[in-house]
Amino acid sequence: MPKEIPLQQLEEVIIRFAGDSGDGMQLTGNQFTNTAALLGNDLATFPDYPAEIRAPVGTLFGVSGFQVRLSSQEIHTPGDAPDVLVAMNPAALKTNIEDLKEGGMLIVNTGNFGPRDLDKARYEENPLDDPQLEERYQVVAIDLNEATLKAVEGSGLSNKDALRCKNMIALGMLSHAYSRPLEGTEEWLKQKFANKPAVLDANLRALHAGADIADNTELFRVRYQVPRATLPAGTYRNIMGNQALAMGLVAGAKLAELKLFYGSYPITPASDVLHALSRYKNYGVLTFQAEDEIAAVTSAIGASYTGALGVTGTSGPGVALKSEAIGLAVMLELPLVVVDVQRAGPSTGLPTKTEQADLLQAVFGRNSEAPLPVIAPSSPADCFEAAIEAVRIAVTYMTPVMLLSDGYLGNGAEPFRVPAAADLKPFPVRHAETVEGFQPYARDPQTLARPWAVPGTPGLEHRIGGLEKAENTGNVSYDPENHERMVETRERKVMGVAASYAPTAVHGDAEGDVCVLGWGSTFGAIRGAVDRARKAGLKVGQVHLRNVWPLPNDLREVLSGFRRVLVPELNRGQLNRLIRSEYLIDTVSLPKVQGRPFQSSELLQRIEALCGQEATR
Amino acid sequence: MSSTTLDYKKKDFVSDQEVRWCPGCGDYAILNGVQQAFAGLGVAKEKFVVVSGIGCSSRFPYYMNTYGFHTIHGRAPAVASGVKIANPELDVWVITGDGDALSIGGNHLIHAMRRNLDIKVLLFNNRIYGLTKGQYSPTTVPGMKTPSTPYGSLDAPFNPIAVALGAGAGFVARTVDTQIPHLRGIVEAAHKHKGFAFVEILQNCVIFNDGAFDHVAAKDVRDDRQVDLRPGQPLLYGKDLEKGLRITPDDIEVCAPEEATLWHSDGGTGASAFRLCQRPELGEIPVPIGIFRQVERPVLEEQIHAQITAATRDLGEGTLESLLGAGETWSVE
Repeated sequence: MPKEIPLQQLEEVIIRFAGDSGDGMQLTGNQFTNTAALLGNDLATFPDYPAEIRAPVGTLFGVSGFQVRLSSQEIHTPGDAPDVLVAMNPAALKTNIEDLKEGGMLIVNTGNFGPRDLDKARYEENPLDDPQLEERYQVVAIDLNEATLKAVEGSGLSNKDALRCKNMIALGMLSHAYSRPLEGTEEWLKQKFANKPAVLDANLRALHAGADIADNTELFRVRYQVPRATLPAGTYRNIMGNQALAMGLVAGAKLAELKLFYGSYPITPASDVLHALSRYKNYGVLTFQAEDEIAAVTSAIGASYTGALGVTGTSGPGVALKSEAIGLAVMLELPLVVVDVQRAGPSTGLPTKTEQADLLQAVFGRNSEAPLPVIAPSSPADCFEAAIEAVRIAVTYMTPVMLLSDGYLGNGAEPFRVPAAADLKPFPVRHAETVEGFQPYARDPQTLARPWAVPGTPGLEHRIGGLEKAENTGNVSYDPENHERMVETRERKVMGVAASYAPTAVHGDAEGDVCVLGWGSTFGAIRGAVDRARKAGLKVGQVHLRNVWPLPNDLREVLSGFRRVLVPELNRGQLNRLIRSEYLIDTVSLPKVQGRPFQSSELLQRIEALCGQEATR
Repeated sequence: MSSTTLDYKKKDFVSDQEVRWCPGCGDYAILNGVQQAFAGLGVAKEKFVVVSGIGCSSRFPYYMNTYGFHTIHGRAPAVASGVKIANPELDVWVITGDGDALSIGGNHLIHAMRRNLDIKVLLFNNRIYGLTKGQYSPTTVPGMKTPSTPYGSLDAPFNPIAVALGAGAGFVARTVDTQIPHLRGIVEAAHKHKGFAFVEILQNCVIFNDGAFDHVAAKDVRDDRQVDLRPGQPLLYGKDLEKGLRITPDDIEVCAPEEATLWHSDGGTGASAFRLCQRPELGEIPVPIGIFRQVERPVLEEQIHAQITAATRDLGEGTLESLLGAGETWSVE
């Protein structure tokens, strides 16, 4: 009889699943996350996968990882170091073991530690034989291959197919160890394999076998429970950034009372936005998978010209291809939302890894003077509201807008407190109809937006294009003074968007030693670091920009309340350059370009160092 | 709208902008022909959208008193695709040139053809880059000396008709700038065709490639050097239509009018169209103009909207409430 395993309460746990890119680690992680979400934990995930869809089995570069942090507290990042590492093969062990916390749990599939597996991971000796491993970690060594074959015996599947269920054994084990019910996963499997009864049966058996193994063996010395998080009241769903962004675009179009057109060309990590929008058919969403990035943006401009909301989505290399057309939209003064789910570059770079290095491309990356507003979501769930904000600005100011997400946000997930429809403020668009006195480039005195007169409207026939316009009439004009006035007017219009921002909020100390100024996906890591610094008694504040360009009108004033401004970014200091050039103030850049997000701990070190410098100055 | 308001005259399609093509440019004649044709199409003026790229021809929309959109180099078919998908009720026309459509915009052109949107493309082919002062284009005859080919052009040219046939355009035709009644007829036939229509217009550039089509279009040779492909009609040419063409499995031959092949543009003679369009322009067989192909197939924007209609019928119209309520949710009190 196995002895009763004690149940231990944890405030939070960070689990990382790591295996071959064909091992189903992303699915396993996602499913574990969904169950945690429904149990009311706060959570954050970080999928980290190779660019190769199925890299050669067992290789170091083929390792796919999924980290999830479950917490009973409100959290903002998937955490720094995992408490638990599931390593499905030697390569996964080698590439992840250094991240595991000292004393953390290592669940390792010994079934994949044969000589060939070790060789592919460039291990000369079996690392599981190293006594240090047991000293440093709680090692749960189990042959998942054998356990899987045993569990699904008689299912009629070939050995090869049967072994594909081993991720379900791992999921079953962890579900049991962390007191997660299996029902949700069962339902999910039933849907996924509805037409493959043999595969469904095998997966269900593997899942339960995993739970039984955890229950009946002494592999686990304790069971854990992470209580519900005390999140603000409301309705929640687990959501990935790209899904939230797609949903925000649909909501934005509804609030503007416009038809949504999405032109896109497949590109990692933005394709999921196209996939999500393609499913919103009953919302009237028109999606167009174009022949290339240029057609994707120009078709969206064509749609905007007809009075729809044209949106195009891509990653950095795609934005480079779209630049000329975005300049056309600046000239035409038509609404357009350009979604850039950034990835590490330049060129093809690290397609599946995250980076924030397209900021200057977004702000300045077009020929001549072509300003446009830039908006950046700060978390996966925030992609929803940021997308609505992008739509609002695009239609209010008749301008292209850049929405800068990134791979970390797009693929990461967290609970999303879903707003009530009534809480979203509509901003209905009215197309021009009045023939009397119509001028295509007349301007609204407040916003400087021109009228949006769409084909099909009798009496408003007019011509637009990329050639410089005469003020008001919009006729082609080569007049030098007119050109200068038009360049200035377009700039004034875009800079005027800042007047519509809410006052800049400071988290933590409104004045003090260090202000950590960030934008986009670094929000969570900065928030974690700032909170820890303040707990330690440091006078630190956080300012996080959603509207990155134009900069908020009160930002300079807010920053002046701090002795130092630290600007962490996943690039070589692009916001830092903007702040310095706009405000002529001394700032401290903290760049990182490893294709990985910041850890709170590395930010905290820098904050402490800066505060320390103050103390000794 | 009553039918009387659709009784347009050519002048209704003339904009207030001063036309700025070189005196003697073939584009004037084309503009005139298109304005005449539009007046007679029975379409409300505000429904027309004329989209162009970059090049001499692409100034066209400024001179048309319709909705007009002068886009960027090569991209007009992609812009027009967005226009037509977003609002299928519009009558969408693309004006382009040989460089715009076949060089920088080649990708967009072939994909618009394969998708079969109901848009009409008029390609003004003058076999030269005019607006950038005379470089060779993807349709320039090999050997031609231009600023960028001082020792003669080496590139093999595209045959626009062959490209269109190969890319699957449903309607493929050719006409000539100065033959306005023919041009009008082709524009009308293109409009009548449900689906993508491609029209190559042989156009003279008086400055950089003057007389490029004289061997086909000059008044004194025209009758003998052109054969007009008319659906359902025999292949006849000559001043009094006294000559015929016979298409055999192995060849195309000049023959007596009563032996001439009956021209089928609706699919059966796809291979004949391809063979005809590629005959040497200076050979025995006259240069074909008229309608090479006219085949209807499903139209993309109609299919897109049919999917939306079906999904809305099956799932109900999506609202802000249903959007926000989707997915597996839980409540925190």
